[in-house]
Amino acid sequence: MSTADATTTARRSKPLGNAARAARGDGPSGRRDAGRKPTTTIIVTAILAIVAIYFLVPVYWVVVNATKSTEELFGSSGFWFGENFQLFENLKAVLTANGGIFPRWGLNSLLYSGVGSVLATYFSVAAGYALAKYRFAGRKIVYGLVLGGVLVPGTAVALPLFFLFSSIGITNTYWSVLIPSLVSPFGLFLASIYASAAVPDEMLEAGRLDGVGELGLFHRLSLPQLVPAIVTILLFQFVAIWNNYMLPLVMLADEKLYPITLGLDNWRAQTDRLPEFYQLTVGGALLSVIPLAILILVLQRFWRGGLTEGSIKG
Amino acid sequence: MRSRTAPWVLLAPFLVLFIGTMIVPIIMAIGYSFTRVERSGLLGEAGIRSVFAGFDNYIAALTNVNFLQAIGRMILFGAVQVTVMIVAATVLALLLESASARWPGFFRAAYFLPYGIPGVIATILWSFLYIPGLSPIVDVLGAIGLDVDFLGPNMVLWSIANIVTWTYTGYNMLIIIAQLKSIPGELYEAAKLDGASSLRVALAIQLPLIRPALMLTVIFSIIGTLQLFAEPRLLQTMSAGITSEYTPNMSAYAFAFQYNDIGMAAAQSVIIAVAAFLLSAIALGVSNWTEKRR
Repeated sequence: MSTADATTTARRSKPLGNAARAARGDGPSGRRDAGRKPTTTIIVTAILAIVAIYFLVPVYWVVVNATKSTEELFGSSGFWFGENFQLFENLKAVLTANGGIFPRWGLNSLLYSGVGSVLATYFSVAAGYALAKYRFAGRKIVYGLVLGGVLVPGTAVALPLFFLFSSIGITNTYWSVLIPSLVSPFGLFLASIYASAAVPDEMLEAGRLDGVGELGLFHRLSLPQLVPAIVTILLFQFVAIWNNYMLPLVMLADEKLYPITLGLDNWRAQTDRLPEFYQLTVGGALLSVIPLAILILVLQRFWRGGLTEGSIKG
Repeated sequence: MRSRTAPWVLLAPFLVLFIGTMIVPIIMAIGYSFTRVERSGLLGEAGIRSVFAGFDNYIAALTNVNFLQAIGRMILFGAVQVTVMIVAATVLALLLESASARWPGFFRAAYFLPYGIPGVIATILWSFLYIPGLSPIVDVLGAIGLDVDFLGPNMVLWSIANIVTWTYTGYNMLIIIAQLKSIPGELYEAAKLDGASSLRVALAIQLPLIRPALMLTVIFSIIGTLQLFAEPRLLQTMSAGITSEYTPNMSAYAFAFQYNDIGMAAAQSVIIAVAAFLLSAIALGVSNWTEKRR
């Protein structure tokens, strides 16, 4: 969401263009001293490989242990497969537990992230475009207001938001998580920077002479120019909503409305009393890591295509 | 439609939502932070009313030992975790860019992967590696005679630090790599002609030139530390060392939902928001300042 961790967004917003360049993986320093000593290469690569193990070990653990029974989970070595390979039984148990609550959490997450990110992107691009392409009284005030909003972190707003929503009686509904997810001040900034560079004033003037309405200028002429920025805002907002924890925790009481993060946390909390929930939590964690791992790779790909173009033009 | 109303039509949906989900709640929280709930009658049966409390909640928050300890804990956490993470990210970036590294694309992706895993899932994954009996790491360490309790009262703060470091190191590394790539190639050529060693190149050329990126990652990591919530809250059920007021955000949450003290919760939320706002503003100022000096 956007209130979605404004800090995370702030953390991202500035270096994004740089990170995009990094993801592209080329640059002047890459080739600068080819032909090093082979021993150096071996040592450096060995260090990097050891570090890679650190980053991959939790994911590896979950893959291996999702194939085990509950007894083996505690009885066998955590770093290798058990005697029985029951991955598919375990995943079936995850998908059917509590009358299929896990797929429902998955769909809820998709709903919050999907609908939230699409609408948030549309609203923030429209607003960013308006701030970039029109000169009107109050423009600077709006800019300042939104900048202030970016600097206040999402978690600090979660509680106040709960006070507001409970006073109008919409806590514990889909709306209570969805509505705050529709705002992306970071998206507005990115869109306005991008629009001021990528949408030429001459094109808008030509459109006006041809009798295109102001909204038509935005939807038919400008939006196609803004596609790279749109894709980037969409992906970041999607991940931000997907990762959110405090807002749904504060807002939702009904398990049926939970996103995947909150639901999995709920299962894990029951492992104290009911050990079989360990296996459900492990299987559920595996299922929720896979789509995110894929998304991260996609995200890297779009970083190349999206923001670098913006930074070249801007 | 005239172009005078057009911008407002385009801005309207965003502004309505922005005001409704950020401005109004913050104003409400500020309002609540100046009130106190009074229950009349022995058990509050004669009614509940809010009364103006002045700065009482703020004074109470800033003299509350647990809240102050939570802030102190985050300062300690930030000093150690942010340092370790940024040093690690810098070293990894330098190694990946050194041309001595094989398969840099694979390593970059592997280090960046955790960034896409939500804090909740990351904490669950790591908790499996912390719980005695489940964790192969505890087993291996036990076999060589080291008894480590990752969830013990003194250790757990660093177990949380490990999760945060795991999640964000790759991301910060990408930012530093980007800045490294912007260093002009002639500088390396000149250093080579002077016969400088790789270490000397790193210390004399690369580190000074990536200072702006380091500055930025450090300050934004500190702001992130201030907001720590999901990781300690999830580990709370497994570790006796984590109280319900372990971090500032957890404290505000506890006052709102466990102790039903909305005024205090609101005051703490406002303090956290103001601190984050000030830190971010300083961060922006510093980054603009270093930008200008370049």
